[in-house]
Amino acid sequence: MVNRIKAFFAFLYDFVVGDDWRIAVGVVIGLAVTYAISQTSVPAWWVLPALLVVLLPASLWVATRHR
Amino acid sequence: MSAGAWSLFIAVFLACVVEAVEATTIILAAGTARDWRSALTGMSAALVVLVAIVAALGPAVSALPLRELRLVVGALLLIFGLQWLRKAILRASGRKALHDEENLYRSHLAEAQAAPARRLGSVPDWYAFTLSFKGTLLEGLEVVFIALTFGSNAGDIPLAGLAAGCAVVLVAIVGVAVRAPLARVPENTLKFVVGIMLTAFGMFWGGEGAGAHWPGSDAALLVLAPVIALFAIGLVAVLRRGKQATPAPARESVPATEAG
Repeated sequence: MVNRIKAFFAFLYDFVVGDDWRIAVGVVIGLAVTYAISQTSVPAWWVLPALLVVLLPASLWVATRHR
Repeated sequence: MSAGAWSLFIAVFLACVVEAVEATTIILAAGTARDWRSALTGMSAALVVLVAIVAALGPAVSALPLRELRLVVGALLLIFGLQWLRKAILRASGRKALHDEENLYRSHLAEAQAAPARRLGSVPDWYAFTLSFKGTLLEGLEVVFIALTFGSNAGDIPLAGLAAGCAVVLVAIVGVAVRAPLARVPENTLKFVVGIMLTAFGMFWGGEGAGAHWPGSDAALLVLAPVIALFAIGLVAVLRRGKQATPAPARESVPATEAG
């Protein structure tokens, strides 16, 4: 039973988080920052595009560095 | 059909074609190497489970408040999209082996042929049943997730369901007709496009769910997708240039249910 629960969570982790956990963490932080800025008078739409510009090359850099 | 409805249909259709091709490869390997009856029974059992999941989750997803739904679904789509895009860029730049259905098919076939046969109840070959069941269920879950989340966010679950259904039926018909791995489907290119679409939709819905207001409202999607595509193509070019003269990796052999 414990093994099945472990296998389920391993599947869930693989399904949601995937190969690079930094992407999942980055997206959560990006959404939190978007929410925080949206509570002010400053426009918040630019946060996620800016996140993409930083996160994707960073993840690729980590992936290629190990090859 | 409006431009928004077309973009919803195309995004769901392409994403589901990719998943359906992967499931078809596994079912074909199980049927060819082992036993067609067991493989098809496994596929049917998985489809029954998927229908039950849709029946349970469909109304629940539709009942969620739109803003919270967009936040959660946007976050998940953005994570999936970036992961798909990351892999697609690595493959396109030669940093990662290409996802090759023919090679995968051969790998599944060899594995299936080596496994011992075992009858269980009315299923003649338990190995073929479980291989086909797992492949259909796991890839099918992704189809269900994509159709439900895209459909509920766009306020048109029937259209998203139709797009997913068309993709699955089309791939199934082609799979039955050729009874061979669908190697001619440009899977890596499709994954690149789907990665861009998932990222664009995820960014748009996630941002709205978190309280952002996009300039131009829904029209922002028409800018986001091409800009993300250009950025991704630029990253491919940068990685290719930096690759120097190292030989390209061999085409990959991956587990049956690897996503992306």
